[in-house]
Amino acid sequence: MIADQLPALTIVLPMLAAPLCVLARRPLACWVIALCANFLAVLSAWGMFWQVRDDGVIRYALGGWAAPTGIEYYVDMMNATMLLLVSFISCVVLVYAYRSVNKSVQSAKHYLFYAAWMLCLTGLLGICITGDAFNVFVFLEISSLSMYMLIAFGNDKRALFASFRYLIMGSIGASFILIGIGFLYAATGALNMVDLAQRIPDAESQRAVLVAFSFLTIGLMIKSAVFPLHGWLANAYQHSPVAVTAFLAGTATKVSLYVLLRFFFSIFGPGYSFGSMFLNVVLLPAAVAGFLMLSLVAIFQTDLRRMLAYSSVAQIGYIIAAFCLASQSGLTAGIVHIINHGIIKTVLFMSVGCILYRVGHTHSNSLDNLFHKMPLTVTAFILSGLGLIGVPLTVGFVSKFSLISASMERGWWMIGALVLLSSLFAIVYIGRVVEIMLFRKSRNSTPEPVGRHEAPMMMLIPMYVLIGISIWFGVSGSTTLAVASEAAAALLGGYQ
Amino acid sequence: MNPLWTLVPPLVVIPFIIFFGESRRNLREASIILAGIALLAINDRIYSAVVSGKVVESGELSLLANFSLRLSAEPMGVMFGLLASFLWVVTTVYSIGYMRGHDEKNQTRFYCCFALAIACVMAAAYADNLLTLFVAYEAITLSTFPLVTHAGNDASRKAGRLYLLLLMCGSIGLFLPAIIWIATAAGTLDFKAGGILSDAGMSKASIAVLLALCVFGVGKAAVMPMHRWLPAAMVAPTPVSALLHAVAVVKTGVFTILKVVTYTFGIDMISTTGVAGYVLPIVAFTVIASSLIAFTKDNLKARLAYSTISQLSYIVMAALLATTMSVTGGALHIVMHAFGKITLFFCAGAIMVSLHKTQISDLDGMGRRMPITMFCFFIGALGIIGLPPASGVWSKLLIAGGSLEAGNAFWIAVLMLSTLLNIAYLLPIPLRAFFKPAKEPVTEGWTEAPFPSLWAIGLTTTVCILLFFFPQPLINLLGLIQWR
Repeated sequence: MIADQLPALTIVLPMLAAPLCVLARRPLACWVIALCANFLAVLSAWGMFWQVRDDGVIRYALGGWAAPTGIEYYVDMMNATMLLLVSFISCVVLVYAYRSVNKSVQSAKHYLFYAAWMLCLTGLLGICITGDAFNVFVFLEISSLSMYMLIAFGNDKRALFASFRYLIMGSIGASFILIGIGFLYAATGALNMVDLAQRIPDAESQRAVLVAFSFLTIGLMIKSAVFPLHGWLANAYQHSPVAVTAFLAGTATKVSLYVLLRFFFSIFGPGYSFGSMFLNVVLLPAAVAGFLMLSLVAIFQTDLRRMLAYSSVAQIGYIIAAFCLASQSGLTAGIVHIINHGIIKTVLFMSVGCILYRVGHTHSNSLDNLFHKMPLTVTAFILSGLGLIGVPLTVGFVSKFSLISASMERGWWMIGALVLLSSLFAIVYIGRVVEIMLFRKSRNSTPEPVGRHEAPMMMLIPMYVLIGISIWFGVSGSTTLAVASEAAAALLGGYQ
Repeated sequence: MNPLWTLVPPLVVIPFIIFFGESRRNLREASIILAGIALLAINDRIYSAVVSGKVVESGELSLLANFSLRLSAEPMGVMFGLLASFLWVVTTVYSIGYMRGHDEKNQTRFYCCFALAIACVMAAAYADNLLTLFVAYEAITLSTFPLVTHAGNDASRKAGRLYLLLLMCGSIGLFLPAIIWIATAAGTLDFKAGGILSDAGMSKASIAVLLALCVFGVGKAAVMPMHRWLPAAMVAPTPVSALLHAVAVVKTGVFTILKVVTYTFGIDMISTTGVAGYVLPIVAFTVIASSLIAFTKDNLKARLAYSTISQLSYIVMAALLATTMSVTGGALHIVMHAFGKITLFFCAGAIMVSLHKTQISDLDGMGRRMPITMFCFFIGALGIIGLPPASGVWSKLLIAGGSLEAGNAFWIAVLMLSTLLNIAYLLPIPLRAFFKPAKEPVTEGWTEAPFPSLWAIGLTTTVCILLFFFPQPLINLLGLIQWR
């Protein structure tokens, strides 16, 4: 039955699409192949999501080899949600990417672009689905390598430098993760996550586990761009093709955060990570400093993409802070924000991409009166910007409300207060740009031709699809909260 | 009658406004007036249902796991809803004269945002729980922002920035934490008779902090030091100042405080713990200080703005005195002040359109040229001061009585002092206009405001007087509030 093979299909489809793109060569054909594969991946992720929701955890032995020998795919509520999120965002952005890439990437290289995209998607989905620690590393490398390539497609020379910088940082992160997994293997003799989770309590006293834990922490912090290890992110987001940025912003760091969750909660267990290792002493200050300082830094950025990149690091700070609460409500808040922020940040970068497409630059200071030229794009920017601030009825409000009430529940008043403070910074950096776009008259001596010059429909429609979803999740936040709370329960409950 | 219906007319009219646009402006404005009348009719139906003791509520939309959006009608909300919808119609008629007479740009955007803001006010008026009220509160801030910055020049953008920053900082930085705190402590955010915090087991200090967070977090109530946005927002076109900054926006602020005091804290809890004692002095200071500042303002709209701040603090004070009589008085003052203040703003706008004058010192002798407007200004001023035969008397009386009921005559002294100040800064304006000779020789004859504007002024003035003679329906309605 095809329903039983969904875990494998989710990975295999995009993986096969990559060489097919190389064979097909013609841009349109590549795009259609990639889109079809991606769409099927979304369908299978959707199918798995409901299977898990109705019948519980899926354990899938790849190639029929049973767990300790072979690689096992382990899908519970947590990664089913991630799979759906990642494949869906990728699919929507891929539709959007066609026009945007046509303009910014040489058409001779398009087939490589779509192939790299498919590999990246394979890697990200693979990280989410696998139940094997070493396999996580393998997929991490697949996604990272293709990501460096995607970033380097930016039509600016600085894209190469950004990509190289990310390559250095990313490789350090990945090697740390590899070392960590190696030590774990040395200490426990297991790579399967379920086995690891069972054996670690006996091996806890070994120094190797401690070392593994430290390496993994730093490695994952780099990959998920937790302050102060976020240096690679701003350049990568600013200079890569904007469709890639939209894709990465919604998925890449989120997947790393998922790995972090998986290791600290399912494998090591919250008792070990946050109880005996005092992980929150390390992570919480980093998270809080991250969301405060980077929100502040975002205010002073003159490039829209850079501003949004810093805001992304700040948002990751919220998510990490929520994880540090290590409670059911805290994890729920964090996971909900992974979903919500994934969607709104993608929309924001998509709208910036539309601006780039028509205006040719993203310097926020010279976007005077853009609303009259591109009303739909600017509306999209404002709607998702409000979500970033956390205005009621947007997804941001759902996230922030649950984060603050979770921290109050734990008695950490200060965290709640600081989250609100950084929301106020968000008002400033979003408000500043919106004010320019809506109200400032152009200062150019030669007035630009007035009139509508909206981005193409193929870019607007995917953007508005995501906005529709984000509005739905904002108005009826209990939908996502219910999913997130099941995912949190799955993480805290450990492996069955 | 489902209170959700109240959202329908203002939202449905927006596509029509855009469709008709500038080219068919008569149709555009006619559609708004039709929507306004429909809204008024719906509110009237809700009013009769509530008076006859029926439950009026909507379904719910689950926004967060345990908290949902939901509308329901209770006496204060019905009164506020009726008030806002009635004044929407009147203000639209007034705007026709004002906006055309003043040749304002972007009128379509103006009317759209206006309608949107009214829909949000309706949601606030009928909010069934604190979360819904908060959502509506924020939506009002955002939907009125384009109205404040309407002119699009530097001054208005600066004012808009201040408006957004102060209101959002207050609501997100202070009010939202208070709401989350209440949600964690009480496990619910519903508005219940007698409050929801009595069983939450909070210490007196926590309650005092929570109350302060609410009072200062609701920046729309303009208690000092959160008041700066109000005078700044007067750069908006006069109809906006009139409806939004004398009625809808600021009254949503005080309405929120009244609701929170009555249905979240419960008046018993506030009066027995005495927590209001920490906040009341600041509120009383606001009453006096803003009256004093109003003196120094020569710009007519600025003077009215500071007068509004002072009057809003009456209502906050009434809420914090937390007796049945004072809260009734506070709620009544929402209506009484609204009619008085909107008349004054209408007059200020009329003077601006016809005579192009904004400073009080330039008004000498202008009573000859605009006698009707100036007479209405006089009546409106009486309403604000609280002298017969205008409406403000009853609400001030009730608040003063409430102060006695609370066992502290000091607040009466504050009220009376501020009344004297009101007389001193409001009455000279019509008196100068009628009795002082004009500075420059003026052309004889009347130069009254455009007819629609004049009609609106006359109507609000009439209501101002009517409410003096017939306040009973309102008091009866407020008598239905369940205190415990």
